[in-house]
Amino acid sequence: MLADYGYIGLLLVVAIFFAVTTLLLPFFLSFPSRLVIYFRRFTQYLETHYPFLVRFIPPLPKFPRFMQVVPYNPNPVKSSTFECGMETIGTAWVRFNFRYYFYALVFIALDVLVVFLYPWAVELRGLGLFGLIAALVFIFIIVIGYIYAWRKKVLEWK
Amino acid sequence: MIGLDIAFWILAVVGVIAALAVVLLGDVFRAALSLVLCFLTVAGIYITLSADFLAAVQILIYVGAISVLIILAIMLTRDVQRGSPSNRLRLPAFLVAILFFGGVAYALLNTTWQVSSTPPLEPTTPAIARLLFSEGGFILPVEIAPILLLAAIIGAIVLVREK
Repeated sequence: MLADYGYIGLLLVVAIFFAVTTLLLPFFLSFPSRLVIYFRRFTQYLETHYPFLVRFIPPLPKFPRFMQVVPYNPNPVKSSTFECGMETIGTAWVRFNFRYYFYALVFIALDVLVVFLYPWAVELRGLGLFGLIAALVFIFIIVIGYIYAWRKKVLEWK
Repeated sequence: MIGLDIAFWILAVVGVIAALAVVLLGDVFRAALSLVLCFLTVAGIYITLSADFLAAVQILIYVGAISVLIILAIMLTRDVQRGSPSNRLRLPAFLVAILFFGGVAYALLNTTWQVSSTPPLEPTTPAIARLLFSEGGFILPVEIAPILLLAAIIGAIVLVREK
């Protein structure tokens, strides 16, 4: 059945497998212990803001041991961003040097170049000399830009 | 064909939700990531239409390159963590968008779409190559495209050299 739908079927199977193993399974296995934590936070919030409402909340039933397969015990250290054993300082929203933008634009130009050259390479024999000249003109126009960047010393990192 | 219908509806719903998330999310970086998801679903719709080369190009250019460009631009922006604030142009933009949507929907619903009965070409790449690079094909637009890229490269050089 999968062969009828080719790559779409494969994509959907991989997507479902990925979602089940990385998102749904850990979430639902840790759900009882997660629920206990949320309930404790909710009662704490009520105690600080509306103390008279607390006695109306029914207590949470005790979950059996086998349901708490995956424990869920968050604390500030565990929830913090962890990178190679270093404690993080400041925010991650650092402004980058705008010179990187040049490389991104050059990357896009190369990308589009490859997209145009790929069908030409597939049908190389059928297109013959005319196609070769067309592709050479195509590459020549883009190489002008690269030579200009090289002569203007933009590719050097200062 | 029911499998193709299921695939189309999953892709369409996810694509529309991702496109709405691009507009509605306050965090610009998350909006960019959902734009990537939107591009991916469009590539999936190309696959269901058996336009394999177009799907590969969509993933290579839009998911690969354009999203990198957008995310880089976000990383270069000052005060981006404040998100996208609302402004006075909200209502006019909404009206223009509604008008545009109405025009597109009217044109789509009032066009008699011709459905070809011949089965689609299996590898589309050689046919596209023959259309693009052969004599009497679309050789002039193909040669205009690198001039556009040249303009982009030169614009980037001017941008970087500016003190």
